[in-house]
Amino acid sequence: MRFLLDAEQRAFAASLDALLTAADTPAVVRDWSRGDHTSGRALWSRVAQAGVFALAVPETYDGGLGPRPVELAVAFVELGRHAVPGPLVETVTAAVILSGADPGTAKRLLPPLASGGTLATVGVGRSYALDGDAAGLRLACSSDGIRLSPGHGPVRPSLDPARRLTPLTPGGELLLAGPLTEQALAWARLATAAQALGVGLALLDRTVAHVKRRCQFGVPIGSFQAVRHRLADAKIALEFAHPLVFGAALTMRPAEVAAAKAAACEAAYSTARTALQLHGAIGYTAEYGLSLWLTKARALRTAWGDPHACRALVVSAAGDRRW
Amino acid sequence: MDLTHSPADEAFRAEARAWLHAHVPSEPLPSLETADGFAAHRAWEAELAADGWSVVNWPGEFGGRDATLVQWLLFEEEYYAAGAPGRVGQNGIHLLAPTLFEHGTREQRARVLPSMATGEVIWAQAWSEPEAGSDLASLRSKAVRTEGGWLLTGQKTWSSRAAFADRAFGLFRSDPDAPKPHQGLAYLMFDLRAPGVTVRPIARLDGKPAFAELFLDEVFVPDEDVIGEPGQGWRIAMSTAGNERGLMLRSPGRFLAAADRLHRLWRAQGSPESTRDRVADALIGARAYQLFTYAAASRFLDGESIGPESSLNKVFWSEYDIALHETALDLLGEEGELADTDWAERYVFSLAGPVYAGTNEIQRDIIAERLLGLPKGRR
Repeated sequence: MRFLLDAEQRAFAASLDALLTAADTPAVVRDWSRGDHTSGRALWSRVAQAGVFALAVPETYDGGLGPRPVELAVAFVELGRHAVPGPLVETVTAAVILSGADPGTAKRLLPPLASGGTLATVGVGRSYALDGDAAGLRLACSSDGIRLSPGHGPVRPSLDPARRLTPLTPGGELLLAGPLTEQALAWARLATAAQALGVGLALLDRTVAHVKRRCQFGVPIGSFQAVRHRLADAKIALEFAHPLVFGAALTMRPAEVAAAKAAACEAAYSTARTALQLHGAIGYTAEYGLSLWLTKARALRTAWGDPHACRALVVSAAGDRRW
Repeated sequence: MDLTHSPADEAFRAEARAWLHAHVPSEPLPSLETADGFAAHRAWEAELAADGWSVVNWPGEFGGRDATLVQWLLFEEEYYAAGAPGRVGQNGIHLLAPTLFEHGTREQRARVLPSMATGEVIWAQAWSEPEAGSDLASLRSKAVRTEGGWLLTGQKTWSSRAAFADRAFGLFRSDPDAPKPHQGLAYLMFDLRAPGVTVRPIARLDGKPAFAELFLDEVFVPDEDVIGEPGQGWRIAMSTAGNERGLMLRSPGRFLAAADRLHRLWRAQGSPESTRDRVADALIGARAYQLFTYAAASRFLDGESIGPESSLNKVFWSEYDIALHETALDLLGEEGELADTDWAERYVFSLAGPVYAGTNEIQRDIIAERLLGLPKGRR
């Protein structure tokens, strides 16, 4: 038993953090929100070169390094921390789906996902797919199978402006029979949980920095107990979500992943509420950078399984075996 | 990252499980906050000790098995999963013993630990005073130098288990002229039946005497019962405070078992939709606490110390414990009001969690200052 990231995994996180810090992701997010994908695609390529999408592509395929869910979780915490836009979770999910397709299809479609040449999105049932207008590969999942959707409908805005929601056009080539697998859903939820955790960590860091700087009544507001205790609670929520995310990545049991998703998204969202409150009015503006994370924390809560659905899975699996 | 246990650890777990399966009383013992229950729990400590299961992580010479930290965690999981009784000796085992291992003399360890391991001597804590709760360092009970030892005078309160315990440990002001309140304190052990000690039990919410006031009037304590240097008591007490708040006092096994118990109750009540999410949160929280502890144990095994992080634990488990038991009582409906049930006993116990071992407000201040780096402020 050794439940800590190893040196290589920590170095991977640090290198992604450095890459994303240098990339001015807030500016990329602004472009993406307007439907201008140029800077986002450039950033996407660099993320892909760092090996992020390859972690979900089996190593038997060109460019694949996976499946490596722990490293994927490491990466998605950083992507969330830097509010990177685009169908990140969906591209990972598409890779897992395609890994189960016939070898010819997988061989054709997986390498461009690993290399970052193609962005993918996934729609389930009649729901919206994220960034269908940017994706070169659109997978539409229904009970009868998974199809390569021929197009997408008009973009609907999300509460998170960086998330552009699109219905997928019905029809298209049938790639796989049967619905989205439990395993593919688990990968989607794991990536979402890790991303949400990163969002929460960024919100906490930014808010701690703010309350140290911002003075009222002649002192930093971070010296007031009402402020300090809200931040302590945010810290506790995030610190206890963190091991759930990595525990889930290790086991990849669907109920454990659902637990991580519920906890990480709750922690991120409650931290967002705290961040908004403690920033005061400036936090409520679209212009101020905090909004990039605030709105994402809300959106991720219901992406790939709302809190109740995740909790229901946890309860239904309990008693079958110890975690 | 690896959550699998070594064959040696799994063998240890299996041995513990087998012993517990054969020995755990089939009927719950009476509440340990009553005279009968206290005696029954003391006898259980002796039964554990007879086969070396009362203090598994201690060295063999004091009654332990030299178990590793991970093995201790596995023992605790098995212990609570087996429905074994609460540990009446835990104040001594988790607070005083670590202090003796770190700051005591060889003679003190040899004299104090074996009888603690068997339950022959049950220890109570004597920290708080009527005017010194969260602001513990302002305590006023004094230790005055005398021939061969110290004379203790003053009043302690909220002393858990003291109504029925044998001995106590706590902080006393040994140097009234020390420049700061944290200085000039001595960490002492004393006999609750010594001349000059009056123990007045205090009834907790449900009327059971779970703690007591201690009135001390020139109680003699020999030099051999001072731990470390007189005057260094604060530093000594704080060096092991993390044990109380963190890892040792509330092991994950306790909450994993409690969450399972809640889940069984929920199923027995017909799996009502109205409480499904809360049952899920109990299951999720127990797993979170277990994994958080595994991570802390891994860091500890790497040689890192457990410091202010223990404040995260303390807030988490104390609030978790209340939420879990509130859910249970809600599930029980009208029956949830009954005071003579195991669930009611556990609920009342849980209510004290955010207050003892340093209030959760103090813990949040520690988190804010020492983990988040926020400026000090008025409390």
